[in-house]
Amino acid sequence: MDLNYTDEEKAFRDEVRRFLAEKLPARLADKVKQGKTLTKQDHEEWHAILNEKGWLAGNWPKKFGGAGWDAVRRHIFEDEMTRAAAPRIVPFGLAMLGPVLQKFGSKEQQEYYLPRILNGDDWWCQGYSEPGAGSDLASVRTTAVRDGDHYVVNGQKTWTTLGQHANMIFCLVRTSKEGKPQEGISFLLVDMNSPGVKVRPIILIDGEPEVNEVFFDDVRVPVENLVGEENKGWTYAKYLLTHERTNIAGVGFANAGLENLKRIARAERSNGRPLIENPYFAARIARVEIDLMAMSITNLRVISQAAAGQAPGAESSMLKIKGTTIRQEINALTRTAVGPYAMPFVSEALEEGSNLGPIGPDYAASATAQYLNNRKLSIYGGSNEVQRTIISKAILEL
Amino acid sequence: MNFELTEERKMLQDGLRRFLRETYTPALRAELVEADCGFSRDVWSGLAEMGVIGALFSEDDGGFAGGGFDISLVFEELGRVGAVDPLLDTAVLGGGLIAALGNEVQKQQIESVIAGTTQLAFAHAEPSSRYDMSQVESTATRDGDGYVLNGRKAVVVNAPAADHILISARTDGQAADRNGISLFLVPAGIDGIALRSYPLVSGGQAAEILLEDVRLGAAARLGPEGGAYDAIAEVNARATLAICAEALGLMESIRELTTDYLKTRKQFGKPIGKFQALQHRMADVLIEIEQARSAVINLAGHLDSAADTREMHVSATKNLIGNAAKLVAEESIQMHGGIGMTEEYELGHLAKRLIMVDHRFGDAIHHLERFVALAVA
Repeated sequence: MDLNYTDEEKAFRDEVRRFLAEKLPARLADKVKQGKTLTKQDHEEWHAILNEKGWLAGNWPKKFGGAGWDAVRRHIFEDEMTRAAAPRIVPFGLAMLGPVLQKFGSKEQQEYYLPRILNGDDWWCQGYSEPGAGSDLASVRTTAVRDGDHYVVNGQKTWTTLGQHANMIFCLVRTSKEGKPQEGISFLLVDMNSPGVKVRPIILIDGEPEVNEVFFDDVRVPVENLVGEENKGWTYAKYLLTHERTNIAGVGFANAGLENLKRIARAERSNGRPLIENPYFAARIARVEIDLMAMSITNLRVISQAAAGQAPGAESSMLKIKGTTIRQEINALTRTAVGPYAMPFVSEALEEGSNLGPIGPDYAASATAQYLNNRKLSIYGGSNEVQRTIISKAILEL
Repeated sequence: MNFELTEERKMLQDGLRRFLRETYTPALRAELVEADCGFSRDVWSGLAEMGVIGALFSEDDGGFAGGGFDISLVFEELGRVGAVDPLLDTAVLGGGLIAALGNEVQKQQIESVIAGTTQLAFAHAEPSSRYDMSQVESTATRDGDGYVLNGRKAVVVNAPAADHILISARTDGQAADRNGISLFLVPAGIDGIALRSYPLVSGGQAAEILLEDVRLGAAARLGPEGGAYDAIAEVNARATLAICAEALGLMESIRELTTDYLKTRKQFGKPIGKFQALQHRMADVLIEIEQARSAVINLAGHLDSAADTREMHVSATKNLIGNAAKLVAEESIQMHGGIGMTEEYELGHLAKRLIMVDHRFGDAIHHLERFVALAVA
């Protein structure tokens, strides 16, 4: 048992730190620190910087243009990224679709799409959930019917994150109604500029258009856009979900959030002393910090298993529940910490259009929006209820 | 022992419930987003005509009720529809302070408040005061017969729509002293007052207020010089009851929406309300809402107690409501899933308004500490 990184891992960490200190634009880090919404151009700028270094796809094997890092190095990289307030890497092409194409895609698909993901030629989004298929993902009803060299797609996807930026969408579609619901699903790549694709933004409770509905009306998709075999899409979808969950604990986000919370609690004054000296508030911070310290170790335990070649299993469900609960508690405490200044609905446009200075302290502006937005953490990527069911079945065998 | 409302109150409740149900339509909600003042002037007139504003004042002050249970029933109904009308600011806070401290001339304002023709706001909290009622750094300096006000006021709800603003300022003492706080009743457009207005997460509008050499005559002072604190505390207690009752109404509607959703939303081939994991959590939500109801009743019944007893109940109720509100809002969003995260669905506004209750008149942690000081220690 040794809780420290090896010398090689430490050297890698220092290299990442140096790189971030040199190459991360201060403008982007400031936006991340202040909880501002990043534009499509912001994301693309940062992706290009990472790609130039060969670090955009840490999880991809070298033969596909990735960095080929093991789980420990990926963890170190993600940790340093959040510490430096770098924009997160947009996961849809890099963390989700990439691994699926590498494992199940045709040679042509790999050669065409993977470089385009790295170079930012395509912005992918995820077409999984539907109005009637949320936690129960296998009940997807969007259909793809074969017509000569094409599939004709009809139906609706929803909760499509950043779909407004995307030109490509990977979809779960129903190609057969025979057998169990899982058995008739296929994995299809759709060009969003095709006739019949419509995107409608959904405004979330924080006021931001982060997710979308995507409608398909007789959309013709070439058959070569099918990934793997027809009706085997559920297998690929599950494979993708395990990759979606590699950074599911969000330890880096939690650490950054905790640090921010403490900074605010030191600055705010309550009844003549810093808020952080209020024993009741301090106890709440302490409780979440203790939880986070232990979860960081749980996370490393799972990572070192993964580095030793074991596929992440039900443990990722534990990390998802614990990680999201901790982050949501930090968000709630941050909202509490800013006091009455949690009440203004301060949009960026409002701030930018004013010459009167910010409303309240700078750290207050995004506290409520982030709290509201991160209620999604326990809903998406398999709700925490679904994760509990996985744990009771897969680990407890109940 | 009798937990039934009187006949008069029952009639007020029924009438108000019907009026709000018919008024708070999706069309009105869409209109409110665009409204400059943050609420509908028509709805406000309707509330005044029904006597809802008058129900918040005693007969001596020109109203016809004004008791704790009148406040709680009105605000519970407002909460049920997620109403954004500034009754709390204009009637309970502004009107309440004028009733408590005003002279005969000043009290004439109450008449127009009850008639629905005057809007008020209470500018008390400051950028660094958080929830501390005695933390006042703004100053009122004697200037001949009158005063000159300087300072900053923070998150003054309804200030953008207010015809008059009640401003607290220090005429004596140190920043956190209870003694030395004076109140002034100031016409909104007067020289030296600058407003920075903005919308609130909960709906409605507020403003940051900058006071720069605001010159007032002696007649603007409300109550004795330096002696406004006790009235501020008493009116804040009434306002705390109001917002707690509103939270209760919000929780009731949220529970109805969520229970309906659990009965209709199907996943894995059955309504999700058939899953025991959700049934038990919804049962916990119900228990906490009933606790919240009892806490509101308890505070309403102690509103006229001696200040120490009253304040202990203020802190007990606001602490419990703060915790219950968080649980109910978060669980209802979670059990709805993605749809609960959307602005379009009714739950979003109700849940946000409920969450924001913790940020006025002290949050759960503030009142936990205060309760320990008042009741435990």
